[in-house]
Amino acid sequence: MIVYLLCFALFLVGIYGLITKRDLIKIIIASGIVGYATNLMLILFAYRKGAHYPILEKGKMVTSQMMVDPLPQALVLTSIVIELGITAMLVALAIRLYEKHQTFDITKIRRLSG
Amino acid sequence: MILPFFIIIPLLAAFLIALISGDRDYWAIIISVIALIALVALALFGFVTIRNGTMVYETAAWKLPYTICLVLDAFSAFMLVIVSVIGLTALMFSVFYIRHLSASWKYYALFMLLITGMNGVVATGDLFNLFVFMEIGLFAAFALVAYGAKAEEFEASFKYAIMGSISSSMVLIGIAIIYSATSALTMATIAQRLPQNPQVVNWVGGLFLAAFGLKAALMPFHAWLPDAHSSAPAPISSMLSGVFIKTLGVYVLIRFFYNVLGAPPIFLTLFMVLGTVSILVASFLALGQWDLKRLLAYSSISQIGFILLGVGIGTRWAILGAVFHILNHAIFKALLFFNAGTVEMVLGTRDLRQMGNLRKCLPYTTATAMVGTLSVAGIPPFNGFFSKLIIIIAAVHAGHPIYAALAIFGSLLTLVYFLKVQRYGFHGERQIDKEGVRIGWGMRTAMIILAVLCLATSVLFLPGIKETILGPVVTVIENKTQYINQVLGGGL
Repeated sequence: MIVYLLCFALFLVGIYGLITKRDLIKIIIASGIVGYATNLMLILFAYRKGAHYPILEKGKMVTSQMMVDPLPQALVLTSIVIELGITAMLVALAIRLYEKHQTFDITKIRRLSG
Repeated sequence: MILPFFIIIPLLAAFLIALISGDRDYWAIIISVIALIALVALALFGFVTIRNGTMVYETAAWKLPYTICLVLDAFSAFMLVIVSVIGLTALMFSVFYIRHLSASWKYYALFMLLITGMNGVVATGDLFNLFVFMEIGLFAAFALVAYGAKAEEFEASFKYAIMGSISSSMVLIGIAIIYSATSALTMATIAQRLPQNPQVVNWVGGLFLAAFGLKAALMPFHAWLPDAHSSAPAPISSMLSGVFIKTLGVYVLIRFFYNVLGAPPIFLTLFMVLGTVSILVASFLALGQWDLKRLLAYSSISQIGFILLGVGIGTRWAILGAVFHILNHAIFKALLFFNAGTVEMVLGTRDLRQMGNLRKCLPYTTATAMVGTLSVAGIPPFNGFFSKLIIIIAAVHAGHPIYAALAIFGSLLTLVYFLKVQRYGFHGERQIDKEGVRIGWGMRTAMIILAVLCLATSVLFLPGIKETILGPVVTVIENKTQYINQVLGGGL
């Protein structure tokens, strides 16, 4: 149970960063933390205590009950790649914003309103 | 098997464009036009042939429930038709419009990726696959919003990307909870197993309502939309407002809450409340805008409110009105954004106060803008009137007279702020006579096609036509067991 709470705490750290930080780079890092917490949660759901790795070997009888669920790991791999793409996109936008405004501070960048 | 081609064609076109077009954009234009014409033909063929049946495609020769499946039924075929028709007109418009920003193939490659994402979201029957296609579409959308390379556009795109990544995380958490509760990712299997577990339904429903509500720009989650939609180039604004928020937001909400969760009453009430709030607040915010595209963006939020009000009432009539309004809003909002784009290109401003009487210099734009205005404001015989009428009548029939009254009030507000657009923007006192104003024939044709469609789609209100065209769509949405049986039975 405690790992789930810690995972949720990590998620909240990310959300806190997104809401309170004023620096573009810190916002990008915070959005990364939110993503890590999500991935961690997927892996935690798939974990079974004392279970095997999900590979069938010759001469070793393992039923599916004794294995870790491999599907969420595949999902997490996909989601990590997607997050990489999003982070690259955000960093590229931050660089272009820096070129235009000479600052990373969003309070000085703000031209659009809500 | 036509189903995988809805994804293959635009994806292949995107990569071909990147591969073979050099510095110029001729090849990019040719490939993307061919791809979209093929998609329109396929989508229309699919919609005509599918009727009450379901087509299921199991990828990689695995069998359900282990495979990722693509599902085509009347509802998804209906959305595919809207996406490809609006996509084709937006492409015709862009060919002439985007040259004044840059003549590059990159725009067309991204445009095709946007179409891939939307078609994938609509065609898939697998929850995680839906997430992946959603991200493909969002990537293209972030890049296209920033395509004009001005400071505001980067800012809007950054805001959109941060909001998008939060909502994607919420979707992923929802998927994780669903998977741990049901050990399935195929939507039909989830629909079979999930409702035994009301607590999980509430958690997942809440997460998905927030996540896809953010994509659909429901009222408390709307903050990114006016920036992103008003900063993007005009054809992209029309794609985003016309179809993108509907496929990623409204379509998924309807599909998930009706076909998978079986329309839990608490969420339907939430839809109604949030929908009504969206209608009213967004209308008031739109009243105060002087930037034409920003006003249109707020108007999109309020029209999405009408759709969700219909979805939330949940009777057959109300769903029919909502589905009809999805089609109508796609047409007239795309048209109005084309008009705004043309005016911006010719006059170099989006400020209504700096426009004036445009009848002389932009006759086609002014005329089609009038058609669009009358449609969105709900004046008969244009299409917007009929869908709003159906939703309001359905609200009264279902015993929600207060919601009906608020919707009528919101509709009147729509009329007021679009009268403001006409009064200042297109029929103002200042005579504007620009010599040698030339807009490309593609832009003019795109606007005229959509203006004609604004009138033509009102025939869907006639009883016989309504049942044959919109009837199967509503049946799919209403009937959860039919969806499960047809998908798991391998389609008909």
